Amino acid sequence: MVLSYTMPAFVIERDLSRCISCQVCVRQCANDVHVYDIEDDCVHSQDAQCVGCHRCVTLCPTHALSVQRNPLAFRAHANWSDQALRNIYRQAESGGMLLTGMGCDQPYRIYWDHMLLNASQVTNPSIDPMREPMELTTYLGAKPERVAFSDGRVETEVAPQLRLDVPIMFSAMSYGSISFNACESLARASREAGTFYNTGEGGLHPALYQYGANTIAQVASGRFGVHLEYLNAVAALEIKIGQGAKPGIGGHLPGEKVTPDISATRMIPVGTDALSPAPHHDIYSIEDLRQLIYALKEATGYAKPVSVKVAAVHNIAPIASGIVRAGADIVAIDGLRGGTGAAPTQVRNNVGIPIELALAAVDQRLRDEGIRHRASLVVAGSIRSSADVIKAIALGADAVYVATSALVAMGCHLCQNCYTGKCNWGIATQDPYLTKRLNSDLGAQRLTNLLRAWSLEIKEMMGGMGLNAIESLRGHRDHLRGVGLNQVELDTLGIRAAGQ
Amino acid sequence: MSWSDLENRYGDDRVSSACGLFGFIDTTGERHDGQAAISALTSMKERGNGLGAGYAVYGCYPQLAEAYALHVMCRTEDDRNEMARYLAGAFEIVHQEPLPVHSSAGVVDAPLIWRFFCVPRQADDGDKDADEYVVRAVMTANTRMEGAYVYSSGKNLGMFKGVGHPEEIAEYFRVADYAGYLWTAHNRFPTNTPGWWGGAHPFGLLDWSVVHNGEISSYGTNRRYLETKGYHCTMRTDTEVMAYAADLLMRRHGLTPKQAALVMASPLWNEIEVLPEEEQRTCQTIRQTYGPLLMNGPFTVIIARSGELIGLGDRIRLRPLTAAIAGPMLYVSSEIAAVHLIERQVEAVWTPFGGEPVIGRLGEVPECPRAVPKRVARIIEEPTYG
Repeated sequence: MVLSYTMPAFVIERDLSRCISCQVCVRQCANDVHVYDIEDDCVHSQDAQCVGCHRCVTLCPTHALSVQRNPLAFRAHANWSDQALRNIYRQAESGGMLLTGMGCDQPYRIYWDHMLLNASQVTNPSIDPMREPMELTTYLGAKPERVAFSDGRVETEVAPQLRLDVPIMFSAMSYGSISFNACESLARASREAGTFYNTGEGGLHPALYQYGANTIAQVASGRFGVHLEYLNAVAALEIKIGQGAKPGIGGHLPGEKVTPDISATRMIPVGTDALSPAPHHDIYSIEDLRQLIYALKEATGYAKPVSVKVAAVHNIAPIASGIVRAGADIVAIDGLRGGTGAAPTQVRNNVGIPIELALAAVDQRLRDEGIRHRASLVVAGSIRSSADVIKAIALGADAVYVATSALVAMGCHLCQNCYTGKCNWGIATQDPYLTKRLNSDLGAQRLTNLLRAWSLEIKEMMGGMGLNAIESLRGHRDHLRGVGLNQVELDTLGIRAAGQ
Repeated sequence: MSWSDLENRYGDDRVSSACGLFGFIDTTGERHDGQAAISALTSMKERGNGLGAGYAVYGCYPQLAEAYALHVMCRTEDDRNEMARYLAGAFEIVHQEPLPVHSSAGVVDAPLIWRFFCVPRQADDGDKDADEYVVRAVMTANTRMEGAYVYSSGKNLGMFKGVGHPEEIAEYFRVADYAGYLWTAHNRFPTNTPGWWGGAHPFGLLDWSVVHNGEISSYGTNRRYLETKGYHCTMRTDTEVMAYAADLLMRRHGLTPKQAALVMASPLWNEIEVLPEEEQRTCQTIRQTYGPLLMNGPFTVIIARSGELIGLGDRIRLRPLTAAIAGPMLYVSSEIAAVHLIERQVEAVWTPFGGEPVIGRLGEVPECPRAVPKRVARIIEEPTYG
């Protein structure tokens, strides 16, 4: 074996005075980091394989383990970061594209963290959500421009809507990229919390049809698992054009993950790679998108909203305008920091724009064109907390999609190795030994808890602003102030600087 | 900032105030002079701080009832000339004059205030288009001109407002000399900025007038929605947003005042969801469509137009509103004491529910929406003060 120039990313420290050689760590680590030495009755660790997922640390009954970032000190160089060097060593060895999982990990400005919320003082009373009604109910879908009456009766028909109890949905993650138990957890939590999850491009497993009323089914470029029954089993449809983590490129589920169950759900042979092309092969321009939107509406009797999901790219505002004019009921925009099960590292880290700026630009453009009511705006691409949700809505979003936060709620520790299929938390894997670690009862409970906790926080902050309905916050940028932003950023976000 | 400023000098992104409101309509159309409104408003002294008061009176220009009465505040004579030139281009000016004022009143730093009685030059296609034409002309004038501001533009409608206490403003503009069948009045306690002339209430557009007590917490959402409908919120006051919302809903989209109340102070979703089917569909369609015009936060407002007066409070009733009936008279007020002061024979007094509009119309005998217990319906023989 040729010597590898890559050094371990992590160092594992085992406190031998605590270790009882129970071998929990050995059994828990799918990366084979921990090895039991039967002769010495002790456990050794092979640092090089560690991805830093903390499964062993979390489960060690005597807290004997800790995992540290390898302090290996390259000579300091502002241009040549450790990461840049490691990447080159790896590519020089493999000759391949670097792969990664989860959203962009580079230190681009996170605009959520540069916006502050308002609160009432003296001149209007803040509202206590424990005593007063506080409404988070959100309807997604095209709204009429006006209500027409005839003899006092409403004549206007509202297009099909999705009713959300909380303005937070679970973003697209396919069965294949995540385990069945993870999908089932999302589905159950959606039903429990009165919201929706999204199938991604993984089709719908027969056991999940019962959650159809809380399901958004995706139609993506590979058309995996798309058939009439699938389209009619769910509450809404989503055409996936792009994903924030990898705008402009397709997807690839390796054959080893295509188990008999996944093969049946996706309608492809067992063990074959599931390749989603970069573009839809029937969409080469906006009018083609219009045809697909209406093909789906025709297929489902105009009874469901159709969403179009795009990645936030440079000219996102006119793109979104085109999508609305093409007939989409919902435009979902996924930002630079959006997650993924697998993406080329350089694409993930360098393509697209932050969702905050994209959202602000799109909302304003649709208003300028007088078509904001014709579609709801759902944003994704790193919503980490209830504060991010409330800021997104104040910038103009109707609702948000969360995926990474949902995975973290189920146990994910963001090791960014989803693409290896060795997820020790039983989420991003199809290995039955690993998937059974995620119990869907507990997963659903944790997700429901998360949405409940965020709802409470949103209500508290809304009450503080003197608002008791979420629609009164939507697009209310006066309730945001920027800190540490330059004028161009402030203008793009459409907000004032703190103190103004 | 000078009090005489017409516009929002600090560029505050919104301006709000706490206030005293009063209004009445004589549903027989009989005209009353300004004394009742002045006394009632002045009695609610605690609700203002001398930084703004104003009156709107409907039916006060019977001789020029067919012309739009544009009331304009101007900083200088040059500004007035510029406005006059602009208006002369857009309208045939039937008559123009400075508002008669009583300069001995304790009012200082007043701008020039003129009224122009105008007929649109291109308005032969009926009233609706004439209204649109006037709205566009007013929006253009107000966004284009720094030193002049059209603050009232209705037919047979006068507005008199400025920085001062209610009695000072009344004396300054000789409000007692005007007569009308519908009066609204406002005593201001601005909270976020000093008072300024342009920011005093009432606020008007066409024959809408709005006086308002409260702070619209949903201001930005409301404003941005109205901007997509062609309204320019140059004053950044809650009152302006209310007036434009009233115009959009009730004039342009043809909603009734009750339907408009369902927009501005919508029932809760869980109230809507238990309504009978037809009503539920109405409320749901209205809220889904006009959600961005839900006025959130504490407010009471009196919205008036020719022949109609609407009182409305926010849906969780964070600001006071009392209604009273005496024969053909319908009163709305921040405090019932103000009504008792000027009306001995009050037949019904009630506090409307949050979001429940009080509506008075010319030619319709006002009715209390629910049975009033005897002990609440007071008949005051001898006023104890006044």
